[in-house]
Amino acid sequence: MPIPTPFHSRTAPLCESNEWRTWSGYLAASLYQVTHETEYYAIRNSVALIDVSPLYKYEVRGPDAVRLLNRVMTRDIARCAVGQVMYTPWCDDEGKIIDDGTVACLENDRYRVTAADPNLVWFQDSAIGLDAEVADVSSDLAALAVQGPNSRQVLKRLLPKTDLDALRYYRLTHAQTGARSSPRNINLTVSRTGYTGDLGYELWMEPKHAEAVWDMLMEIGAKYGMLPAGMVALDIARIEAGLLLIDVDYISSRKALIPDQKSSPFELGLGWTADLEKGYFIGRDALIEEKRRGSKWQFTGIEVDWNSLESLFSAADLPPTVAGRASRLSLPVYKYNRQIGYASSHTFSPILKKYIALASLNYPLAMPGDNVEIEITVEHVRHRAKALITSPQFYNPIRKRA
Amino acid sequence: MPDLRLYENYDAIVIGGGHNGLVTSAYLAKAGLKVLVLEQRHVLGGASSTEEIFPGYKFSVFSYVVSLLRPEIIRELDLPKHGLAILPLESTLTPLPGGDFLYRDADHYRTIQEISRFSPRDADAYEDYSRTMYFMAKAVKYILGIQPPDPTSLNPNDLAGLYRLARHFLNLPEDQLHTLVRLMTMSSADFLERWFESEPLMGTLSASGIIGTFLGPRSPGTAYVLLHHYMGEIDGNFRSWGYAKGGTGGISQAIAGAARSSGVEIRLNSPVSEVVVKNGRAVGVALRDGKEIAAKVIVSSLDPNQTFLKLVDPNILPVDLVSSVRKYVYRGSSGKVNLALDAAPNLVCLDMRSGDGVPQSKTALRGAISISPSVDYIERAYDQAKYGDFSQRPYIDIIIPSMIDPGMAPPGKHVMSCFVQYAAYSLEKGSWEQRREAFGDAVVDTLCEYIPNLKDIIVYRQVLTPYDIEQSIGLTEGNIFQGELSLSQLFFLRPAPGYANYRTPVKGYYQCGSATHPGGGISGAPGRLAALRILKDLR
Repeated sequence: MPIPTPFHSRTAPLCESNEWRTWSGYLAASLYQVTHETEYYAIRNSVALIDVSPLYKYEVRGPDAVRLLNRVMTRDIARCAVGQVMYTPWCDDEGKIIDDGTVACLENDRYRVTAADPNLVWFQDSAIGLDAEVADVSSDLAALAVQGPNSRQVLKRLLPKTDLDALRYYRLTHAQTGARSSPRNINLTVSRTGYTGDLGYELWMEPKHAEAVWDMLMEIGAKYGMLPAGMVALDIARIEAGLLLIDVDYISSRKALIPDQKSSPFELGLGWTADLEKGYFIGRDALIEEKRRGSKWQFTGIEVDWNSLESLFSAADLPPTVAGRASRLSLPVYKYNRQIGYASSHTFSPILKKYIALASLNYPLAMPGDNVEIEITVEHVRHRAKALITSPQFYNPIRKRA
Repeated sequence: MPDLRLYENYDAIVIGGGHNGLVTSAYLAKAGLKVLVLEQRHVLGGASSTEEIFPGYKFSVFSYVVSLLRPEIIRELDLPKHGLAILPLESTLTPLPGGDFLYRDADHYRTIQEISRFSPRDADAYEDYSRTMYFMAKAVKYILGIQPPDPTSLNPNDLAGLYRLARHFLNLPEDQLHTLVRLMTMSSADFLERWFESEPLMGTLSASGIIGTFLGPRSPGTAYVLLHHYMGEIDGNFRSWGYAKGGTGGISQAIAGAARSSGVEIRLNSPVSEVVVKNGRAVGVALRDGKEIAAKVIVSSLDPNQTFLKLVDPNILPVDLVSSVRKYVYRGSSGKVNLALDAAPNLVCLDMRSGDGVPQSKTALRGAISISPSVDYIERAYDQAKYGDFSQRPYIDIIIPSMIDPGMAPPGKHVMSCFVQYAAYSLEKGSWEQRREAFGDAVVDTLCEYIPNLKDIIVYRQVLTPYDIEQSIGLTEGNIFQGELSLSQLFFLRPAPGYANYRTPVKGYYQCGSATHPGGGISGAPGRLAALRILKDLR
């Protein structure tokens, strides 16, 4: 019995496909229309509205809030200024990732953390001996992602008193709807963040305002090509952007059943988030050791050679057919006739017209620029298509940070 | 006139037609032996039986759910072909005094949400606890499937077994080894407190640590029994808790069907008075009516009190065994109240919260209902019974089989099975004959606090005290597991050191009941392992 989000009264009538999935126990529209492509192009071409309320949200408060966060997170949260947001993973003592999310500094000694999994006990227990409190505010906040090239223009109309041109990438500000102050104005937080790799924002508000904000956005957005977008479109966008998905591209070390299922930040392309110089944090010693010794895995992109793919299909007298939706079926990756890893997420990229994958490969057997092979099934028979190892970030438009 | 039966000859005779005896008989017959099962009662199944006690109402009289029936037994004996159907029993409802409740089921996120009403931390810790128990069950599963090696023996088989065992445990990751030691030594309440803080959750989880023992949730050693809840989860999709169609007698009937199809002969109303021993070797059995039946192998599925002290002359047994068996702890601690109901019970807590997104009464009534509002409640129930009494406010585990399996009661009517703990076997005041109904009243009064319409809808009440369990199905002191499942009575100590290999000092005489490794519950594992031992010895 999945739980409706605060936007459900608005999303449900729009969900013509009637295709829903559960996300952390909440109902999330897989797609609104019967095919996802227009929703995907809304993200890349106009603007899309995505209900991201199911994210876990925690508030960390108190004089030692920053000490607590610095103890837990791999990045240096002391450098997160008021109004700044940082993406960071957090690890266990062995330096294996538990989860990843964002830390936003709302004001001095007050932070908001987003997470994919429940982390209350982990954060609270890490606060023992510190003057900091951690509260689960997941159900106190509705969240809406406004993503795509037109997102800024739409939000300028929704939040006319806010200078959105001044809001830089990974910054947030407190804002109010409406041109003039009135008791009916809605207070919300807007952060320039998202899970699409495009220009985009996320709005954080009290659930009681969720429907009103949705309605205002839909009304403004009508002139900017706005569409509600579901998880299917979002999944394609995040693979193009090379963004990790827990339980798909990696398994939380808290959930792993065997040690081999765990990953370190270095192994997931998040070495840049492991600030080994900032002082103690959970997992630091293990990560220093891993850096010295070298990692077992690396996280890469894989671009399937279209000609190779086409010839495999034409051998069966078929045109190349690839699933339109992103797939989470693990695919073996080979080099020198030996399996060197697997693709954890793969999709046809509608904008790049390429078949792309996010992969974990044995380090250093394969490096970006190397040729590999990836398993492709044609008419129930397994084949290997040629592929190229690339950076996981396939799509990175200038507007994202501009 | 000569008794013709005297000339009857079997390869093996199994004493007792409970589920383990039947499993042993089926495995022996499958291997080609001519097998006879002798059951003293008029129904098969021992504690795993279904009887129509009141016209139209079928009760799983004693045991009521199935947790651990080994999947390999289901496959090897082809039990589904013989009618076995285990239906899911997925939810647990813990009604609280005051009208609130805790509801947990297979809907992970709803369960988490329900728990977080009592403690957000507990909701978060719930998954970690389940994972820890998964690892523990995985670690311990290995020993459930092997014949316990004797640590004091120099026999190469025992030594090899001990070596494999040591290697298995030493290969566990450090943190799992630590948790395992805690699990073996702590009380279930203390163990649970490592994760949880909310009373309804801890009370209900801790209850599974005390079932069948005369110990409270704060008694050390009870944590280990918690693990039994999780054993089923590591067998692929096999469910950890289920309800057998037709009641637990349905399981016995399926095993009996499999046994018969392999040629086993089953005789009811055939109590055995002794095992005939000649020159240190078992050669047959004598029935209470005087008849004797010969067999090369005699297997007792009864408890050690019967197997070693009643069926054979203890004087022919080694003194250390006799002394161990006499000190073996039974201490029945539970009773059973079976109710035939004219209508569905109305739980006050479900009325109060219906329509606010919580379980509709229908689904909640299809699962277990646990009267275990807190650890203190259960510990207090233990205090009340500790010195030879029964609890005025007992821990009660309820299922309503007719909600899941409509054939158990006439249409629209229900049977309600209440497992009740604590009830001491030996009463300080009076006898169970005198106090049986007072015990039944305490149970019904407790239930009425949560089910106000209960008294109005009871059409028949069957009250079984530990004494009744002993008298009817021969479980000494009414212990449902044929002896407490405490660590001191498990593995190579079950039922006695040196005799955990299903053999007895009498050649050709074996044990296969719940008093042997891996112990009680409807697992069938002792029955299967005993059969494998016997077949190996015969080879």
